[in-house]
Amino acid sequence: MSELLANDLITPDAGESPLLSLSEVSILKAAPLTRLSLRARDASLKDAGKAFGAALPVNPLLAETSKKRAALWMGPDEWTLLAPEEDCQALFTAIEEKLGDQPHSLVDISDRSEAIIVSGEKASWLLNTGIFIDFSIESFPVGTVTRTVFHKSPVMVWRTGTDTFVVEAWVSFMEYVTGLLVQSAQELEVA
Amino acid sequence: MLLIYCPYCDVERAETEFHCGGEAHIARPSDPSQTSEEEWVEFLYMRSNTKGVAAERWRHIHGCGRFFNAVRDTVSDKFLKFYKAGETMPDLEKISKEAGK
Ligand SMILES: [Zn+2]
Repeated sequence: MSELLANDLITPDAGESPLLSLSEVSILKAAPLTRLSLRARDASLKDAGKAFGAALPVNPLLAETSKKRAALWMGPDEWTLLAPEEDCQALFTAIEEKLGDQPHSLVDISDRSEAIIVSGEKASWLLNTGIFIDFSIESFPVGTVTRTVFHKSPVMVWRTGTDTFVVEAWVSFMEYVTGLLVQSAQELEVA
Repeated sequence: MLLIYCPYCDVERAETEFHCGGEAHIARPSDPSQTSEEEWVEFLYMRSNTKGVAAERWRHIHGCGRFFNAVRDTVSDKFLKFYKAGETMPDLEKISKEAGK
């Protein structure tokens, strides 16, 4: 389900050619997105979810999706809210209005990071060239989202399908991340 | 590499996602204007520097961002307990005994 729902939100950037295109794994740059960082207390979560259009997950490392919306758990009082690029202003206003004077912080971080879509049967293998996380489906099921480190760059990894991962990094780190991924993938060609 | 458990993410992760924040359970003086220079020195700089079982603050800096506490044997580097910030300090002697120290 998550796979389908993420597909209407995280889409390949039509103007970009694939960064990597092998039969076992490919890397596509994702189209720009609205990213809102929300920090709020438990009492405000229902309201925030209603205004956003997807419930805010309370269990660690989970993502909740609905039509063109994804709410990603980043910490016990922190969520990243994803939506189409054009919805940014309307969503921001809607959440601010709904939360009113409830203590919270809502920040537009849309341009802070970029996303790539890493998919294929060797996707988790490729990510593991720089990330120390067990990506077996039992311990990192579809729908899991986490911040972690890829080599020396902080990244966010969201598994949207068995063999599909969305990886976000800060704009200025993305070249480093994709560069190392593409270089590591050369091992597949040699083998 | 050390594996560290984050009580907020409820998951064990590599040491590279974490940052050690020094000795835990050091209370800031509650009334700064009434605190003497010696007490400030004590609060700011004096640490027990334990050789053995100690409680430390850790931060899941490349994860949920949260500070939590951990009991670690500074000799063997073995972690013995993880708990959330704000929870009371566990009985270190008891933990050492259980760990066979
Ligand atoms: Zn954590």
